[in-house]
Amino acid sequence: MAIDTSLATISDQLFGAAAAGYTVALICAAVEFSSARTRKANVEERELVSAGVFTSDGTSSGRPIVPTAQSIGHVTAPEKAPWGERFGHIALIVTVLGFLVHVGSIVTRGMAAGRMPLGNMYEFTSLICATVVGAWLFVKLRQKSLPIGVFVMVPVIILMYIAGAILHTEAAELQPALNSYWKWIHVTTVSLSSGILMFSGIASVLYLARNRYERKGATGKFGAKLPELATLDRIAYRTAILGFPLFTFAVITGALWAEVAWGRYWGWDPKEICAFVTWVLYAGYLHARATAGWRGPKAAWVSVVGLVSIVFNLFFINIVIAGLHSYAGLN
Amino acid sequence: MSRRDDTHLRSDTLEPGTTEPSFKKAGPVGSLIAFLRNIWRQLTSMRIALMLLFLLALASLPGALLPQWNLNQAKTAQYILDHPGLGPVLNRLGFFEVFASPWYAAIYLLLFISLIGCLVPRSWEFVGQIRSKPVATPRNLARLPHHDQLELVDERSPKQIADDVQRGLRGWRSTQREEDSGTITVSAEKGYWREVGNLVFHVSLLGILGAVAVGKMVGFEGSAIVIAGQDSAGICSGSPAAYDNFRPGLLVDGTNMAGFCLKVDQFEANYTQAGIATDFIAHLSYTAEPGSATKTYDLQVNEPLRLDGERVYLIGHGFSPIFKVTFPNGEVRTYEQPFNVTDGNLTAEGAIKVVSPPGYTGEDIYQHQLAIVGIFAPTASMAHGDLMTSSFPAPDNPGVAIQIYRGDLGLQNGSQSVFGIDQKQVDSGKLEKLNRKNLMVGESMVVDGDGTVVQFVGFNQTVSIQTSYDPAQGYALFFAITMLIGLMMSLTIKRRRVWFRVIPGSSSSTAAGSNTAGNTTAGNQSRTVVQVGGLARTDQAGYGEEFTSLVALATVSPAVPKFSGRPR
Repeated sequence: MAIDTSLATISDQLFGAAAAGYTVALICAAVEFSSARTRKANVEERELVSAGVFTSDGTSSGRPIVPTAQSIGHVTAPEKAPWGERFGHIALIVTVLGFLVHVGSIVTRGMAAGRMPLGNMYEFTSLICATVVGAWLFVKLRQKSLPIGVFVMVPVIILMYIAGAILHTEAAELQPALNSYWKWIHVTTVSLSSGILMFSGIASVLYLARNRYERKGATGKFGAKLPELATLDRIAYRTAILGFPLFTFAVITGALWAEVAWGRYWGWDPKEICAFVTWVLYAGYLHARATAGWRGPKAAWVSVVGLVSIVFNLFFINIVIAGLHSYAGLN
Repeated sequence: MSRRDDTHLRSDTLEPGTTEPSFKKAGPVGSLIAFLRNIWRQLTSMRIALMLLFLLALASLPGALLPQWNLNQAKTAQYILDHPGLGPVLNRLGFFEVFASPWYAAIYLLLFISLIGCLVPRSWEFVGQIRSKPVATPRNLARLPHHDQLELVDERSPKQIADDVQRGLRGWRSTQREEDSGTITVSAEKGYWREVGNLVFHVSLLGILGAVAVGKMVGFEGSAIVIAGQDSAGICSGSPAAYDNFRPGLLVDGTNMAGFCLKVDQFEANYTQAGIATDFIAHLSYTAEPGSATKTYDLQVNEPLRLDGERVYLIGHGFSPIFKVTFPNGEVRTYEQPFNVTDGNLTAEGAIKVVSPPGYTGEDIYQHQLAIVGIFAPTASMAHGDLMTSSFPAPDNPGVAIQIYRGDLGLQNGSQSVFGIDQKQVDSGKLEKLNRKNLMVGESMVVDGDGTVVQFVGFNQTVSIQTSYDPAQGYALFFAITMLIGLMMSLTIKRRRVWFRVIPGSSSSTAAGSNTAGNTTAGNQSRTVVQVGGLARTDQAGYGEEFTSLVALATVSPAVPKFSGRPR
């Protein structure tokens, strides 16, 4: 099928527009974060759960009162911080717009090449960025008071820059090795799960920063503005248990495809090894989170190492180590 | 209340070393048993399992970062040469074949032993849980993370309230118990499927390991270069000798291999203008077993030929140039040899070795062996004067650039690459470097010295095929699917417990569990106190809302419930 170059150009422009939108969102989110109310280091989060969810208001109404801390970390609007909130709203709106434009860029790219837009590293990275932003928006829209957008947008913009400036290749047909319906299932789920797990990793990084603040007060004001530990832990865990089965599925479809393309379902190719390591790390995270002595910071560290392993797998393995997964279009 | 982990298999109750009957038997046997038991307990503890898990991840990394023998022999050998200090040491320690190394095996075997060590007791425990009733109601429900207390003014008796509650607990396993003075408790638990999923997940991991192990034992891989063309021989499987490279499983002795035969009638490759391949098709004719009918198949990338158990893959393609050599005694011989593709435009390197030149006998042969060494370019173009490279992968303008050697090829000294000559023979002067020339199809050159004529007459396409055999791969897939299902069950299903204590009579002081006195109000209506306690055994998330609706179960009855305030 011929490549529609004008549509490909539109896709590239939309990509640039999305990156610009994210940058604006980043700035607004930074303002939002810096003017966010500080949250005191909290007592044991468990106590917060048990004591906070059902407190009585002391009247004799007898009904369990409306939970006062239903979403832990919910902050009622402070009277004198309108700027932060206004910027937070702008950040959210611009992020949503950027996200829509970004999705448009991915769709037009696919239409231009006449195939799913997952044929090379540029397209792959673009989808991962969109997934991270999508995961963030999903959390943010349910919990509006989380002023951590800046920490999501920074890595996304870095990845967008890498994708646009270094990895970018013109829309083209696929080489025969990539021409399989497994590709769509495998690569789509890999990018979606990587995006979700990366978001989970970001939450764990913030957890560690917040934990450091609560322990020592070392990060000062910065740590004080982060959401509570329980909130960050919950975000990290919930996204991980969504991302992990999806990632498992992606690895299984990869094995199915490898059986069709390379004659074996598993051959310890560098990419396969790294996927295995990532899988083991996240399995470890889920176990650690439920093991005495490993809950909290230690489990969060495991999650952060998992994040590193995903990024390593995505870039280092493809670009530096030549394996069978050398479809980056770079060499 | 016992607190234990439900997300994983270990109990790891917070303090290790609970009350075990101490071994009274003194002496070496007793202490040995104690020692072994201690090791076992350590090994099956969650902490050690986590350590092993992380160790497994760490130990896998060299496999990705260092070249591996099983993936790229040339690169691995080069790496060892480039690192004369560290290379041989790492090689001896197995860092270039991580996944076959004893230390890697030790880690995963320990991990799986540890897994079995807690999978078995955990399964028994679960069977026990299924067979027994939900746990008795704790004395003090107010201590639970979720708790509430209602005072109902209601016609229903405590028994009826308990029945209504139980009826409302759809999907829960529940039971009623009676306590002193007419107090009735309802214990309920749900989310047993979480544990089922958990067990299925871990058993599936064992299954996958087993399937991989069986595959490594009885499976094999063989690869071969087959020359395309109606009159080429093709290959017949049936023994490892049919392959250029054969990687057998540990129990494969080369007998009982399926005896299929195949020929590549024609190979077809299509490219875009930019030289990017769009498809490769090897038109095969094959017989699945000796004596069966010949069939045809279009072998393509991503579309293997599946025979009975064995699968044939199209792995790569290249060219084999054909040379006609006219020897000084007038004899003419034709030589053809597949060359090794070295770049994306299919420039290929190789060597044709004339081992027994006609007209010579005895030691004379070792003076007159010939080697035609060089490159084949499907679309020849000249870079830097007469340096030939290929500018396009399709054979539009095939050419060769060849260098002739004469003398002793040194084949009796041991094996050497089919794609090149032994450089040592050249260095020692036994193999003399003669003239070189670029030839297009039909062109020829005269070799210096004795007037031998070498003509480049054409080429054939070649196809690299691989045969794979792994009878256990279906099982691996089966266990992968059950693993995924188990994983999703164990991550999404929530385990919850809830207890109701229905205390007849009324009471205004509400120290939970101490309600005994009953000062019944006038009329038929009695004040009934219902205490509710809830425990999320896995994740607190979302239990709050759910608990509220559970509490409301006590108020729901066929009659319109009335309930008064909750004293405090």
